[in-house]
Amino acid sequence: MNVRLRLSGRRHLFEAKVDWRSRTMTLEGRTAPIDEWEWEAPDVGAMYGVALNDRWEWEGMAEAMTAPPYEQPPKGPVLYMKPANTINAHRRPVVLPPGVQRLRAAPAIGLVIGRTAARVQREQALDFVFGYTIVNDLSIPHEQRYRPAVKEQARDGFTPVGPWVVPKEETVPLSSLMARVYVNGQLVQCADLRRFRRPPEQWLAEVTEFMTLYPGDVLFFSWPADAPLVAAGDVVRIEMDGIGVLENRIVAEEGGGGA
Amino acid sequence: MKRARVAWNGTVTDAVPLDDGRLLLPDGTIAAESDVIWLPPVEPRTIVALGLNYADHAGELSFAAPKEPLLFFKGKNTLIGHRGRTVRPNGVNVMHYECELAVVIGRPARRVKAERAYDYICGYTIANDYAVRDYLENYYRPNFRVKNRDRTTPLGPWIVSHEEVGDPMALRLRTYVNGAVVQEGDTGDMIFSIPYLLEYITEFMTLAPGDLILTGTPKGAVNVQPGDEVVTEIERIGRLVNYIE
Repeated sequence: MNVRLRLSGRRHLFEAKVDWRSRTMTLEGRTAPIDEWEWEAPDVGAMYGVALNDRWEWEGMAEAMTAPPYEQPPKGPVLYMKPANTINAHRRPVVLPPGVQRLRAAPAIGLVIGRTAARVQREQALDFVFGYTIVNDLSIPHEQRYRPAVKEQARDGFTPVGPWVVPKEETVPLSSLMARVYVNGQLVQCADLRRFRRPPEQWLAEVTEFMTLYPGDVLFFSWPADAPLVAAGDVVRIEMDGIGVLENRIVAEEGGGGA
Repeated sequence: MKRARVAWNGTVTDAVPLDDGRLLLPDGTIAAESDVIWLPPVEPRTIVALGLNYADHAGELSFAAPKEPLLFFKGKNTLIGHRGRTVRPNGVNVMHYECELAVVIGRPARRVKAERAYDYICGYTIANDYAVRDYLENYYRPNFRVKNRDRTTPLGPWIVSHEEVGDPMALRLRTYVNGAVVQEGDTGDMIFSIPYLLEYITEFMTLAPGDLILTGTPKGAVNVQPGDEVVTEIERIGRLVNYIE
């Protein structure tokens, strides 16, 4: 499988060849175990999450949606942004904010835009996607969705992305994708696209109806309903077949009260 | 000093506006204003916007003034330059302009104390942060269909340095639609001041040079229609012209 990635201390992008069987990567003629390299997040632009796409989450909220303050279920896509300060990389620590004990670590599939996408039709939507990456959509657990959850979602380092971007031609069809989350080696969550309320292609059409996505921008989709809570010292590992493995350790802030 | 970004003669360049309205380019060329296309004067990675940061505007929309800053993010798809055109979507009932003082970050900013806030600000510009209120839904409100539409945030015409502006908390704001004053306010009426906002935001996230904080709008929201010329003006900064199509 050919992938596109960035490494720590190197300015340019790399194209590398990944071999799943031997868990090695070949880059500039050198083959070594995947985790021997030091990672940077792939080259990504704006990170937009589609909320309330997880059917389980939607069903869990169904009653609340007709009560104040929501009044009725959303008609348009509900989006949120993880800004540039939140971008983090494979095998880099995620720092718990002071006074916070647990984070929700929601696995997400990221669609990396390949060419400027405005007013795209659902049938052509994937033509605008370069490839896929794994996103760990971390947040401080929160129930309130009336106002943007900026303090809960936009902390430094709260969006590990990577380890690479897989061109869509190099991997399995999106519809057969499966995400598995391990905390400290133990399987804690397993999810697939059948749980999505709408397929990513349809969201791409609905989102680009009013906002343009640019090359490198990422539209990501998570399964927060049963996403694990993690604490200082935990290692979160998200596996997606045909894409890769994104792993991060949660650490207490030095001198902070995180643990 | 004022700094603009323009497209001129097939290239994108910085430009310094002169008192006679012409523009001085880095190579010494002087360009007429009619020869350039104005671009947003900065290319931020992160745009933080404030909802309901003037008590009179909150009252106008029937909201209690917030106890904590109401923040949301905007994408770069929203930005257009001075004299650009913004689309009013077909079939909507209410589209409002919002004249806002935009703060441009000058240095990496993390855990900034309010009393040092101005050390981290390189300057100011004007934003007109349109809202298409028909699309309001009670999820992560004000949601993206209201506030993150393509070309709905004219920005500019230029950045004026902090030194030249002086105290940003004492500036008159005005909006004109087709020449008539429709919105008037004073940055001193913000519920959360710029130093407070910088401390509040950087307590939990890092801002980078070029990032923007749009500080909210005062009372005076009026519906706009295709063909309207909307001018948002802030004292000591300038006049940002935008057209509705």
